[in-house]
Amino acid sequence: MMNTATMNTKTGKSAIRPMFDSLELRKDFPVLDRIIEGNKLVYLDNAATSQKPQAVIDSLVDYYRNYNSNVHRGIHTLSQEATDAFENVRNKARLFIDAASEKEIIFTRNATEAVNLVAYSWGDTNIAAGDEIVVSIMEHHSNFVPWQALAERKNAKLVIVGLTTDGELDMDEMKAAINEKTKLVAVTQMSNVLGTITPLNEIISLAHKQGALVLVDGAQGVAHLPTSVRELDCDFLVFSMHKMLGPTGVGVLWGREAILNQMPPFQYGGDMISIVKTDRTRYNELPWKFEAGTPNVADVIASGAAFDYLEKLGMENVRQHELELTEYAMHRMNSLPGMKILGPGEKELERRGGVISFLYGEVHPHDLGQILNESGIAVRAGHHCCQPLMTSMGIHGTARASFYIYNTREEVDFLVESMKTVDKVLGI
Amino acid sequence: MNLADDLYRETILDHYHNPRNHGKIAEATCCTEGVNPLCGDELTLYLKVKDGKIEDIKMEAHGCSINTASGSMMSEAIMGLPVSEARKIIDTFKAMMLNKESQIELPEELEDLEALQGVKQYPVRIKCALLPWNTLIEGLESAEVEQGGVKK
Repeated sequence: MMNTATMNTKTGKSAIRPMFDSLELRKDFPVLDRIIEGNKLVYLDNAATSQKPQAVIDSLVDYYRNYNSNVHRGIHTLSQEATDAFENVRNKARLFIDAASEKEIIFTRNATEAVNLVAYSWGDTNIAAGDEIVVSIMEHHSNFVPWQALAERKNAKLVIVGLTTDGELDMDEMKAAINEKTKLVAVTQMSNVLGTITPLNEIISLAHKQGALVLVDGAQGVAHLPTSVRELDCDFLVFSMHKMLGPTGVGVLWGREAILNQMPPFQYGGDMISIVKTDRTRYNELPWKFEAGTPNVADVIASGAAFDYLEKLGMENVRQHELELTEYAMHRMNSLPGMKILGPGEKELERRGGVISFLYGEVHPHDLGQILNESGIAVRAGHHCCQPLMTSMGIHGTARASFYIYNTREEVDFLVESMKTVDKVLGI
Repeated sequence: MNLADDLYRETILDHYHNPRNHGKIAEATCCTEGVNPLCGDELTLYLKVKDGKIEDIKMEAHGCSINTASGSMMSEAIMGLPVSEARKIIDTFKAMMLNKESQIELPEELEDLEALQGVKQYPVRIKCALLPWNTLIEGLESAEVEQGGVKK
């Protein structure tokens, strides 16, 4: 087992960093001291949103207290400071995903808005009747519904690729699905339900051979796996800061510069223009062409602190920590009678992230979540915004425990102990 | 708050483990689907309404304990009643669940339903308890349309 982050030889980006100590870094997250129902909070809902370190909270306060002002406007000191801080985060985002240029980093409200930007701006100009858009059955609604709607608008076809019985993407089906009619493949980097990590390199190469573009939904993946758009060779990548220690309200769209340049604006208004006449408008250059109106200045700036925090830990280490914790959790949970963990099994950990969706006897996930909350454990219950996946698996929902850098083996032990209460209260 | 005292009372667990009137009605006069999109609770309600009377009610629920128990109790409460009576019970029950302030006492024949008052301590779950009832309202409306618009 690797203990340190390795040098990424292609990009020379990440240096070797020692493995972090989860117990130690918990001190940076004030919310983890909360007492819920008499117990210390055990936060296992990280796939929904992560907790925030003090540095991110401080960054927000610092902006509002010391240099709150609008960006890309006045020449006064505050505006200059805010603009510098804001644009500096664009560079951090670029480095984090190993993009070629800051022009390719567009700030949005969230990953969903980033997908919609591509669906409307690129989709409406490039998709025609009879074209095909390929998605997987395990896409989050945010990477499913925009394409379904685009296909409807354009009379195009949405092709849905299924899973193998192990909860992995069915690559035979994927190969069959991608053909000369395919214009776009929109696929997740890591499933928010099953934890499945998709073989992106293979998918992207298949798509490019047919001249199709690939949009990667990195809402889960970028937060938990080292990600390089240059190594992936994808065409679009979307992700969301609040799932990776940052504040809510900031999503990132990365796209190839040449493609973004061809795309019309998504929204119109202030900041996205260069010259406005009464009869016509010239739009701003990248990336601002796609950032109409006052952006989310404070939260983008605080996202910089989140990038710094993760960069300091090293994403290779983040992955390693979660790999070990997931292995331990699956092993412990599988020892409970009536426990069924969905997705890739204990032996396929390399193809799974720190997301564990499970069914426990006949207990409805809602009841499971309620009873675990009584022990101060936060898990998610329901369909996880993946109704097509739930339907395809013949279930109505799952309970889901998802990990991040501050989760520990002790917390996993406590989860397993608390599961026994569920049996006591309801009977599995 | 205490789970066993408020949420998972004995009456509720009994209805959850042995839901009454579970299943389909072959010659139903209407069939209505209810969903709680937030948590994925789903339920299909079958009604046989004849001459303004609920002759039979059955449901297939894929929901949590609260949803299942609430539906089971509801079916017992309204079985065989004239639609107008059933509507009164729906109103009473919804008023009870949505009244945050006080405990409401129900007439003797609806005593079981009182057990669901504890759910009020868990606001997220009120929707689970109401799903069967809201589905029933929809079902009764479509049943009346089917029958050529019986006056409410």
